[in-house]
Amino acid sequence: MAAGMTYFPIATATTSGSISTTTFSSISGAYTDLVLIVNGGASTAVNMQIQFNGDTGTNYSRTALTLDNLTAVSSRQSSVAYTRLEDGGYLSTTFPAKNSIINIMNYSNTTTYKTAIGRANNAGTGLDAAVGLWRSTSAINSITVYIASGNFTNGTTLTLYGIAAA
Amino acid sequence: MPLITTLANASARGYGGLRAAAAPAFDSDFESIATVTVGSGGTTSVSFTSIASTWKHLQIRWIARENTGSVSTPDENIRIRFNSDTGSNYSIHRLNGNGSTVYADGYANQSDVVATGFSGNGATASIYGGGVIDILDYGNTNIYKTIRSLSGVDQNGSGSVWFNSGNWRDTSAITSIELRESTNGFKQYSQFALYGIKG
Repeated sequence: MAAGMTYFPIATATTSGSISTTTFSSISGAYTDLVLIVNGGASTAVNMQIQFNGDTGTNYSRTALTLDNLTAVSSRQSSVAYTRLEDGGYLSTTFPAKNSIINIMNYSNTTTYKTAIGRANNAGTGLDAAVGLWRSTSAINSITVYIASGNFTNGTTLTLYGIAAA
Repeated sequence: MPLITTLANASARGYGGLRAAAAPAFDSDFESIATVTVGSGGTTSVSFTSIASTWKHLQIRWIARENTGSVSTPDENIRIRFNSDTGSNYSIHRLNGNGSTVYADGYANQSDVVATGFSGNGATASIYGGGVIDILDYGNTNIYKTIRSLSGVDQNGSGSVWFNSGNWRDTSAITSIELRESTNGFKQYSQFALYGIKG
């Protein structure tokens, strides 16, 4: 089987100042999957939330498996205005204790709803595996990552990669 | 090239507080080997064959949904076999969260390993589960082969996320991989992409 080179950094944002929202926009459909990696913290303990294509409607849901300190739990949110792929691995004031790797699967097809699979880790608070759904068949061309309170700690990095299939 | 914007809060837009860098394309150690997108009518299996030992690890990135049947649960399995081995040479362990309960199981002497967590055909249309399967040190002829996967699907009211591990008790280099849903098949638009990761 022939092989081609496929894993490309699309853009990296490093926060500085009072930043609570970062948007990756004009994402081309050149890839098969997207991978978003976040390392950092926040001025308050808070979960990171995600919206696609500027959709603020209640078209998102999620299911999580969480280790909350020493307790394993599972939770769900349905028909909410964002997807969230963390509970135990949230942003905290300890920097840079938190990291997340979020796979946005087959983001550019216009046939299926969009599924994202994520892992989040915070050495001081817990960790998560979570799956999110955006009930839209639109190709994803922008991703907004935001926190509902406080700001990202300066130096928090958000890097978006594209993976292109053969 | 994406434009990165930042919002200091919900009502203020600013550009000065964030450094954005778009890196140029570069030689990658993560390579696409082959991709299968299921066509009209669905299929019961997808195979990758003649896999070279060029890489250190393999990764399969997938989305899937069952093609037939009326099951709406989010816990369907992709059954995985290597090198056409149908013997009871596989074992699995799974850890699951279904939105309310944490569940775990394990099975020895199976005829395949599994990646769990996609929708049955009875689920809301257009919902496909997804996941990432890593096949570690697949070309090593001294060790049994271990896989791990993270996968799942949310169906807006139900859903499931899974950590799976599996072992194939064979020291052969993996040269072929079969992914099966032999009862109800994979629906059109299900996709399986195989990648190689250099060591």
